[in-house]
Amino acid sequence: MSTRLAKGGRLLDRSKPLNFTFNGTPLRGFQGDTLASALLGSGRTLLGRSFKYHRPRGLVASGVEEPNVLVNLGRNARLEPDQRATTTELFEGAEASSQNHWPSLDFDIGEINDKIGKLFPAGFYYKTFMAPKWAWKHLFEPVIRQAAGLGAAPKEADPDRYEQTYAFCDVLVAGGGVAGLAAALAEAKAGKRVMVMEQTAFWGGRAPVDGGIIDGLAPDEWVRNAIETLEKMENVQLFTRTMVSGLYNHGYVIGYQRVADHTPGDGRPRHRLWRIRAGLVITATGALERPLAFAGNDVPGVMLASAVRDYVVNWAVSPGDRVVIVTNNDDAYRTALAVLDAGLSVPVVIDARDSVTGALPMAVKARGVRVLEGRGIAKVLGRKAVTGVEICAQAGEGGVIETVACDCVAMSGGWSPVVHLFSHVGGKLIWDEAGAMFRPDATRPPIKADGTALARAVGAANGALTLDALCAEAGLAAQVEPEAPLAPVWVMPAGAKEALKFKAFLDYQNDVKVSDVQLAAREGYTSVEHTKRYTTLGMASDQGKLSNINGLAILSDALGQAIPQTGTTTFRPPYTPISFGAVAAEAKGEIFQPLRRTPMHGWHEAKGAHWEPVGLWRRPYCYPRAGESHRDAVNREITNTRTNVGLLDASTLGKIVVKGPDAGRFLDMLYTGMMSTLPVGKCRYGIMCNENGFLMDDGVVVRLSEDSWLCHTTSGGAEHIHAWMEDWLQCEWWDWKVYTANLTEQYAQVAVVGPKARMVLEKLGGMDVSKEALPFMSLAEGTLGGFPARVFRISFSGELSYEIAVPANMGLAFWEALNAAGAEFGAMPYGTEALHVMRAEKGFIMIGDETDGTVIPQDLNLGWAISKKKDDYLGKRAQARVEMARPDRWRLVGLETIDGTVLPDGVYAVAEGHNANGQRNTQGRVTSTYWSPTLKKGIAMGLVVNGPERMGEVLDFPGDGGVVHKVKIVDPCFYDKEGEKANV
Amino acid sequence: MRRYSMFAVAREALRYHAGWERAWRSPEPKKRYDVVVVGAGGHGLATAYYLGKVHGITNVAVIEKGWLGGGNTGRNTTIIRSNYLQDASAAIFEKALQLYEGLSQDLNYNVMFSPRGLLMLAQSEHEMRGYKRTVYANALQGVQTEWISRERVKELVPIINLDGPRYPVLGALYQERGGTARHDAVAWGYARGCSAMGMDIIQQCEVTGIRTVNGKVQGIDTTKGAIDCGKLAMVVAGHSGVLAEMAGFRLPLESVALQAWVSEPIKPVIDVVVMANLVHCYISQSDKGELVLGGGIDHCNNFTQRGSWYTLEETTRALVETYPVVSRLKMLRQWGGIVDITGDHSPIISKAPVEGIFVDCGWGTGGFKAIPGSGWAMAELVAKGHSPLAEGFGLNRFREGRFIDESVAAGVAH
Ligand SMILES: Cc1cc2nc3c(=O)[nH]c(=O)nc-3n(C[C@H](O)[C@H](O)[C@H](O)COP(=O)(O)OP(=O)(O)OC[C@H]3O[C@@H](n4cnc5c(N)ncnc54)[C@H](O)[C@@H]3O)c2cc1C
Repeated sequence: MSTRLAKGGRLLDRSKPLNFTFNGTPLRGFQGDTLASALLGSGRTLLGRSFKYHRPRGLVASGVEEPNVLVNLGRNARLEPDQRATTTELFEGAEASSQNHWPSLDFDIGEINDKIGKLFPAGFYYKTFMAPKWAWKHLFEPVIRQAAGLGAAPKEADPDRYEQTYAFCDVLVAGGGVAGLAAALAEAKAGKRVMVMEQTAFWGGRAPVDGGIIDGLAPDEWVRNAIETLEKMENVQLFTRTMVSGLYNHGYVIGYQRVADHTPGDGRPRHRLWRIRAGLVITATGALERPLAFAGNDVPGVMLASAVRDYVVNWAVSPGDRVVIVTNNDDAYRTALAVLDAGLSVPVVIDARDSVTGALPMAVKARGVRVLEGRGIAKVLGRKAVTGVEICAQAGEGGVIETVACDCVAMSGGWSPVVHLFSHVGGKLIWDEAGAMFRPDATRPPIKADGTALARAVGAANGALTLDALCAEAGLAAQVEPEAPLAPVWVMPAGAKEALKFKAFLDYQNDVKVSDVQLAAREGYTSVEHTKRYTTLGMASDQGKLSNINGLAILSDALGQAIPQTGTTTFRPPYTPISFGAVAAEAKGEIFQPLRRTPMHGWHEAKGAHWEPVGLWRRPYCYPRAGESHRDAVNREITNTRTNVGLLDASTLGKIVVKGPDAGRFLDMLYTGMMSTLPVGKCRYGIMCNENGFLMDDGVVVRLSEDSWLCHTTSGGAEHIHAWMEDWLQCEWWDWKVYTANLTEQYAQVAVVGPKARMVLEKLGGMDVSKEALPFMSLAEGTLGGFPARVFRISFSGELSYEIAVPANMGLAFWEALNAAGAEFGAMPYGTEALHVMRAEKGFIMIGDETDGTVIPQDLNLGWAISKKKDDYLGKRAQARVEMARPDRWRLVGLETIDGTVLPDGVYAVAEGHNANGQRNTQGRVTSTYWSPTLKKGIAMGLVVNGPERMGEVLDFPGDGGVVHKVKIVDPCFYDKEGEKANV
Repeated sequence: MRRYSMFAVAREALRYHAGWERAWRSPEPKKRYDVVVVGAGGHGLATAYYLGKVHGITNVAVIEKGWLGGGNTGRNTTIIRSNYLQDASAAIFEKALQLYEGLSQDLNYNVMFSPRGLLMLAQSEHEMRGYKRTVYANALQGVQTEWISRERVKELVPIINLDGPRYPVLGALYQERGGTARHDAVAWGYARGCSAMGMDIIQQCEVTGIRTVNGKVQGIDTTKGAIDCGKLAMVVAGHSGVLAEMAGFRLPLESVALQAWVSEPIKPVIDVVVMANLVHCYISQSDKGELVLGGGIDHCNNFTQRGSWYTLEETTRALVETYPVVSRLKMLRQWGGIVDITGDHSPIISKAPVEGIFVDCGWGTGGFKAIPGSGWAMAELVAKGHSPLAEGFGLNRFREGRFIDESVAAGVAH
């Protein structure tokens, strides 16, 4: 049984006991424990259930590679599923529960899958569940879905806070073991700006547990000195609990700091995401021990040899009283020594190698431990806990030579460098035959734009697995027992029979066994990617950290090819899972996306405006009064504007100034119309097309002076159009002398609209806004009611209308002044919906309604806005293509239902018959449709085959529930066709 | 071909599954085939399959430079829907959906087609109008879709936050028959079907040249030697431009990275597929329990099959905002694929300027759902020289300006 040892534990603070619960049972641990060590120390070894067979599982590892013990941590809104016990620092009051079982961890119905496991080999689901046809959706899939998944998701919104920060450094060191610290010292002493990130809460990595002497010091001491030195250096930043999660192109690196996971609810952000530009990333990420593949290697109590000694040395936890060691290398003998030092027994060391002569084995033998050579484990005995092992010849088929009782098995199949970060952006690996491992190829690192290396691996991550190799690489002196070479062992025993291979696990979490990989090979899923996907090897939440190398070795063997020929699957970020909360960070709620506010935003809000999102802006849709529906409000706003005067906050309209000697020429290319000839002080409606000839944006262009124009764009289009302009200027016409500036936010703009508009402005006073002084489509600059203003006589409603721009910081005051001055004339604010209805009444198009990326200006009867005098403009050539000149294009018309009702949004006009694919033929569609309070009937605009030539025709528009709307084609201008009202 | 069934699995269980044969043969290339399909992605394999199954042409090779299904077919988020706006698109995607509905049975390979329902959220008046238009268009195209209220959205997606303060959900375009399938299984199932008809699937064989005589295709050069062919179907997605160049013509395509990522597996929280185009994110949950997540493309040309951080970050923000419980879950893995995008974001299924060559490409961010339909149409085009389903997708449309633009219907085209 696992227990807490009476003394020891280099990371423990026994003066600080901590209370926690597991599946509701109160337990105790100490400060410095991980959840894993505390559970093990409390005698718990059965801690989880596997994914597919629901087999009982316990801890295999002590770090990030742990595949089995994932728990639900916390509760309610702070519930977190799939939390790895080995990387969860214990804290007072922690509540953990095991996952993926029913009704309980101890008795799990799902275990029946294990009993009939032979029916569920790799990929069985591709061969079954196909009949009857309905059953997949209604029976099999729902059952599979319920059985799958691991932890439960929280049901409430996350109460915790996350943040992000940026950093720059010359060198980022990933990993705070001896290799990483040595590299950091060297780089820092060379004057580089260095950041060091260590994923655990402590420095030093494996060396303090594994032992040896570094520069004459014990590892703990050497590490302490190194940290002290680094801490004093101004060019160095040190981070613990911070994992380098991924490398991206151009030296972009993401670091994931678990700030307050171990102190939940203390007010600090839970996680902090570091977004780093690094000149060089040194990956000092160590190596991971490989399990051995023997039958029953997943029974709770079978652990990695290194994990066993971690638990003993770091946390004073004995994983068992009788620890059998099984290995193919010398390193595992360190575990034997650590176990013996802790006063526990090692009944036997089973070494797969034929002869064992290294210093470490000798030391173990010297302490009276029996060491078996050329042996392996045939099978582990026990189901929910190890009770013993059956020993066989490694070279054989699994014939049992002897049985040894034990309650823990420490296994070691050698080590694999952690090459993930090195590989993320294209670093290449080589197969190291001696170490039986893939390690980074220093000659083919990931590279930066200038061709230099973005990453360099050091220490164990570079394949320097022993302390002396590491120190030699880092220029340090080391004293450590030499290690004899390992002998690769991929299956134990080498000739294991099917029955054994069927219980020899490679990927613990996903229940992938040796037999599954061999089945995949047999069935032709021979690419390593096919094998992975067919068997799900390496696809669990540990992403194959323990299983991948063993799996691909077995695949290679099955295919009779060398391991490097098989290759690896792709390493993808993140190295270990990171919270989505940290990725999203502050961008939540109101600031999920920056909210753009006009200077009058607060005023609208106070008046109870109903908002409509328009790009990043929010605009008043209407201003409902008490008791009014939105529709009532819109109708009132329209009627008031048409009879009195309405005020519209038009500040969101794009306002781009284009200036320079070539500005006119530039605008002539951009717009279909002629802008270079526009007289100073005059306005002209302009439309822009993309290279494909399709209408893209529109707005009024004003000539401010000899060399500068102000281009109004749609509210949603300002940024895009500005970028579009710059694109052409920077990429194509780079030698034209033109400057552009997006001044959208520098001006507040108000439309004063309606028959009494002029009276309101006259009341404000300061400028002559008469018809003579300021005719339609012209501009005047001056002072209005004390505000410096640009006044444009333009109209989007058909009414007498002024659009007035004032500096943004005066916007609110100006708006209030207009409201005050307008009060006696019945002035009311109106929103976007009233704006839309009024423009539709007038037959004006709206980008995004009448256009959808397939419409050319000619379709919208805007031929008049296309200059015939120009050689070229963007889209001109495209508009000359045959399709654009077809006589039966869909063109803009007005539409009216025969019965005066409002047509539904988006309906189509049908034509006779069906096309070759059996679809009903159509001949038009609605683009805008509204109730017109002015005309007291439904009005609409639409595109109809050859529409303008078909005035008066009645078309069928099928609507909902079998209703067919009878609709007459009419002129799109429903209101004041002669334009008398605007031009007064 | 030995049939797969529950009984076959049970029988094999008795002997530790030692008796399963290869899902597809791995032959050496012959000297000549009637049709050579280049690219063993879903589209290439489906083309070959229907050439045999519908048109009786079985002297066919499918040539793949890597492992079959290893392109975008094996790295997409498997959204299947046919609620497209334009007639040509709706026709081919609906054909694909109908074929998906019976694909497992047809192939005798469980592709796990899961018609769990698909929603496209409307979060602005503009989107709402666009989706209502789509519903009416779909009705005339014979595609069942409906506009559903925000209350119904909440019923279907209990974890959604309807009132995200920035963009409240107004309703959704719903296609009940939409859903997902297992991407690898689609490729593997077709491969097995092709192999069973006697076709040769040749992996680890890169096409390095295309031989033509007098403007007519003669054969290809590959890393496994020269192969002659009567007709050549180029179905290589992002590499189409490279192959076209070998045959001496150009294609209007750009290649950009599209990413996806998954969470750690959790018990079911969302049983439908939801796309939110205004904020650019989509979500579904795999049968394994992982949330399958994605958004828009990386806005720069790229061939690296990996994504940038900023796209992932922006999409994740949208996800957390729309589904707050996602915040405490963890991202397990992110990856990218290179998608081939045309000028109007619609695919190309067309005769090429060289006689005997046909191209099927440009499926961009949304071609998984099209695999059976595209294969069907391409096979018909190759076999007969004409296919109504492929009609609108000819190369000539770019010269003529006959675009098929779906951007109004979906900002995120998956
Ligand atoms: C992240 C991501 C998410 C996506 N999500 C969805 C989604 O949810 N729904 C959806 O419908 N679509 C989605 N897609 C798009 C979809 O994946 C693709 O449109 C589709 O898979 C393309 O299939 P294909 O067969 O045309 O191409 P591929 O699968 O890429 O196959 C092309 C094949 O050609 C081979 N090839 C290339 N050059 C040569 C040569 N010279 N010689 C021999 N062989 C060659 C390649 O190796 C490859 O196997 C997504 C794509 C990505 C990247």
